[in-house]
Amino acid sequence: MKTYTYTEKKDTRSGFGAGLTELGRTNPNVVALCADLIGSLKMDKFIEENPERFFQIGIAEANMMSIAAGLTIGGKIPFTGTFANFSTGRVYDQIRQSIAYSNKNVKICASHAGLTLGEDGATHQILEDIGLMKMLPGMTVINTCDYNQTKAATIAIAEHEGPVYLRFGRPAVPVFTPEDQKFEIGKAITLTEGTDVTIVATGHLVWEALEASKALHQKGISAEVINIHTIKPLDEQAILNSVAKTGCVVTAEEHNILGGLGESVARTLALHKPTPQEFVATNDTFGESGTPAQLMEKYGLNSTSIVEKAKTVIQRKQ
Amino acid sequence: MPNTQQLEDLTTQVRRDILRMVHKVNSGHPGGSLGCAEFFVALYKEIMDTKDHFEMDGIGEDLFFLSNGHISPVYYSVLARTGYFSVDELNTFRLINSRLQGHPTTHEGLPGVRIASGSLGQGMSVAIGAAQAKKLNNDKHLVYSLHGDGELQEGQNWEAIMYASGKKVDNLISTIDLNGKQIDGATDDVLPMGSIKAKFEAFDWIVIEIEEGNNIEAILKGMADAKAETGKGKPVCVLLKTVMGNGVDFMMHTHAWHGKAPNDEQLATALAQNPETLGDY
Repeated sequence: MKTYTYTEKKDTRSGFGAGLTELGRTNPNVVALCADLIGSLKMDKFIEENPERFFQIGIAEANMMSIAAGLTIGGKIPFTGTFANFSTGRVYDQIRQSIAYSNKNVKICASHAGLTLGEDGATHQILEDIGLMKMLPGMTVINTCDYNQTKAATIAIAEHEGPVYLRFGRPAVPVFTPEDQKFEIGKAITLTEGTDVTIVATGHLVWEALEASKALHQKGISAEVINIHTIKPLDEQAILNSVAKTGCVVTAEEHNILGGLGESVARTLALHKPTPQEFVATNDTFGESGTPAQLMEKYGLNSTSIVEKAKTVIQRKQ
Repeated sequence: MPNTQQLEDLTTQVRRDILRMVHKVNSGHPGGSLGCAEFFVALYKEIMDTKDHFEMDGIGEDLFFLSNGHISPVYYSVLARTGYFSVDELNTFRLINSRLQGHPTTHEGLPGVRIASGSLGQGMSVAIGAAQAKKLNNDKHLVYSLHGDGELQEGQNWEAIMYASGKKVDNLISTIDLNGKQIDGATDDVLPMGSIKAKFEAFDWIVIEIEEGNNIEAILKGMADAKAETGKGKPVCVLLKTVMGNGVDFMMHTHAWHGKAPNDEQLATALAQNPETLGDY
């Protein structure tokens, strides 16, 4: 079994900051907007190097989203930065009308997604954003798993014409994807090959899925782990190819069970190959204050939970 | 000097277009559309410097954004009659498979429209973004926008108003259609907003008032004054006092025709008050 290791932990938002900095040097049309969270989004270096291409909007996210739409009309490629909650739920109508329906080339970059925002609690821990964004026609939805992938995704979406939602997080997590791995929107990455169960994971849950596959291996269970960084458009073929071998699937995400990756996978399977599926996700609930690790354990979003769901789903086969 | 009679003839034809468009599909918003007919004609025929063909990025030309998208009939009529698309297409307003959606959109590729609008309160922010892009592009052209007075009840406007002056967006002329009416009645009854002029001035905008917002010459003068105030470090607001339903006697001075189409008899009466000038579509 292919195994993955890491030498350091870094936050995915720093990957965004690094990617944005590189874009600042390579693409003169890239501009950045922020609603009073420069430090949290790691936008400092871009701003330092390109002060004229940065727009500090203040605490006014609705204004930020619509200004971003306006900037595209002059040929700019705006990257907006704020927390996931304020990037989506707070400004849904601005995104819907001025960005998605108007097909504007805005990159909505959202940090502090999910429970791992931690101590600030449920007001700031959005678990509905993937659902909100994937329902918008024409919106590409990406949730990256580590620093390197977030950096690569940030750079890749500048080349994609059309609105994109790029979701990442706050805590330091293992860096395990290759630094030079090209990011292909909509192309799943199979991390381990297996025959007994498919684990389809996104975001912070990808590392947990790899940990789960190790634990399963020790119990004699062969798990295939797929990193779905792009939730929309979904790489349906990669999922179907995998379940053709394994016959069952566990989906894992730091998001509500309603509206997330799991539902997209279930829809794909229902249409093409009905297959037993178990879900690792929050169960139609808000989060709460706590450390990221405590929260992920309490709400069942870790490798232990993936292992249990894998065992369950394997028993549901035939 | 522009030929005012020609502009007035065009305005009369635009009124006919508005009335016939909403009558045909028994839906749409004639009141606000009629109230802004002179403004749109003046803007597109005399005030703005635009290219003779449509380009989405609008680099090297003035831009206009309609924030109160429900007055799409006047927008479509003037776009068609200034050459953005065929006037025959006005026949398709609000019909299935049309580019002339109930509220304007880029989704169907209609020339002249650069953003969807209809959900209120977003247009000023969009115009600010376009204006800031012009500055980055070193493009000296201006950005114009239009907003309803009732629309100012949407909070996002005040984010935008604060931002535009704070960030010295001085290549922007935002016009407020002060007709004092909204769907549920007079703006003063629905939600009294006090002095809109004082509010814009308090937010450090330059304010130009056009008392006769249905008089072409007054509009031309007022907008020229507004243009002269651009580039001075502050955004410019034009307060355009209009009469909702202007040009059709039974539609004037009431909010009743905000979103209601005339019946056959009412249409005939309204058209008789606005005889054909340039030819119906």
